[in-house]
Amino acid sequence: MQTDQLIRTLAADNAHRARPVGFVLALALLSAAPVSVAMFLAALGVRPDVMTAMHNPFFDLKFVVTLTLALSAMTVSLHLSRPEASLHGWAWLLLIPAGVLVAGISGEMMLPQRLPMMTRLIGTNSRVCMTAIPLLSLPLLAAALIGLRHGAPARPAVAGAIAGLLSAGLAATLYASHCTDDSPLFVTTWYTIATALVTAIGALAGSRVLRF
Amino acid sequence: MREREDEWTGLMRSAISGDSAAYHRLLRAVTPVLRAAARRGLARAGQPVDQSEDIVQDILLAVHLKRHTWDAEAPFAPWLFAIARNKLIDSLRRRGRRVFVNIDDFSETIPSEPAAETAPANEVAAQLQSLPARQRDVLQSIAVDCASIKETAAKFAISEGAVRVALHRGLASLTAKLRGQ
Repeated sequence: MQTDQLIRTLAADNAHRARPVGFVLALALLSAAPVSVAMFLAALGVRPDVMTAMHNPFFDLKFVVTLTLALSAMTVSLHLSRPEASLHGWAWLLLIPAGVLVAGISGEMMLPQRLPMMTRLIGTNSRVCMTAIPLLSLPLLAAALIGLRHGAPARPAVAGAIAGLLSAGLAATLYASHCTDDSPLFVTTWYTIATALVTAIGALAGSRVLRF
Repeated sequence: MREREDEWTGLMRSAISGDSAAYHRLLRAVTPVLRAAARRGLARAGQPVDQSEDIVQDILLAVHLKRHTWDAEAPFAPWLFAIARNKLIDSLRRRGRRVFVNIDDFSETIPSEPAAETAPANEVAAQLQSLPARQRDVLQSIAVDCASIKETAAKFAISEGAVRVALHRGLASLTAKLRGQ
């Protein structure tokens, strides 16, 4: 086929309108969320003392951290779905959840604590945390990659890594309602390791499936 | 340079709002620029520059299928060049691998002098043959026989909507096949 013929064919298809990437991403995440929630309810469930726990600011802080992570990563991944976009000027968004954690740790340091620091950091659920967050994030990661595939990311591995952050943030939000370790030290250590694992999986998968 | 790029942005805005003639003009206007970039890329990679046409068609297909990621408030050229760069790197990598695999047949066919003109593209045409019959017929009718959507619908006794669907699906699966080859 000659290039002129191809151009004529493309022009004939001009009426076709693709949906915006944000729409497809939101739709994919909304379809995957019930799967993760079902996995969560079947295997873990919300902690029994959740009504009292809600009065503990450090329990609530976990959701602030995980949801800001998910929202920042969603914003950055939508930005990166455009081919000419770079992380420059956008990466700071990903530091917001880290900043919230630092503020949480300082806050906890200033308050009298029943347990020593290392005990709070190690907690009692680290193994569950590191297993549950990656597993719960898998359906969401697949959905995020499907959504971003609709875009045209110039660097598929980076976009995949951000999709990993996004799905880990959402999965950690579910897990946080089960976990009885509320210390920001615990969150900083174990949630971060779990998130890093999902980010690596996202980068690996992204470098394969996000090429256009 | 600047004027040319402003013109492209204007044409693309008209195209997005439904002006197919503007879209046609835009694609024709950017093609020589893409061809020159493809030739430069091939030359730098030490590969025959007359193979540029397959890369140009690959870029045009990506531009078409990803144009919803262009922000109509932004200039068009940076977006276009980002797509072109991505596809060019991809093609050079693919070609590099293929040359490595077929190094023996390749060395026999190296011309003593680089060809001055551009060889006809053959990858899109080759993949066209592997499409489902309906998609292939519609694409061929519009591309080769210069038929409109209406004429194509009449020729195959199907609705214009069905022609549009087959056309778009055909272009999308062509692109997927080119990426996967």
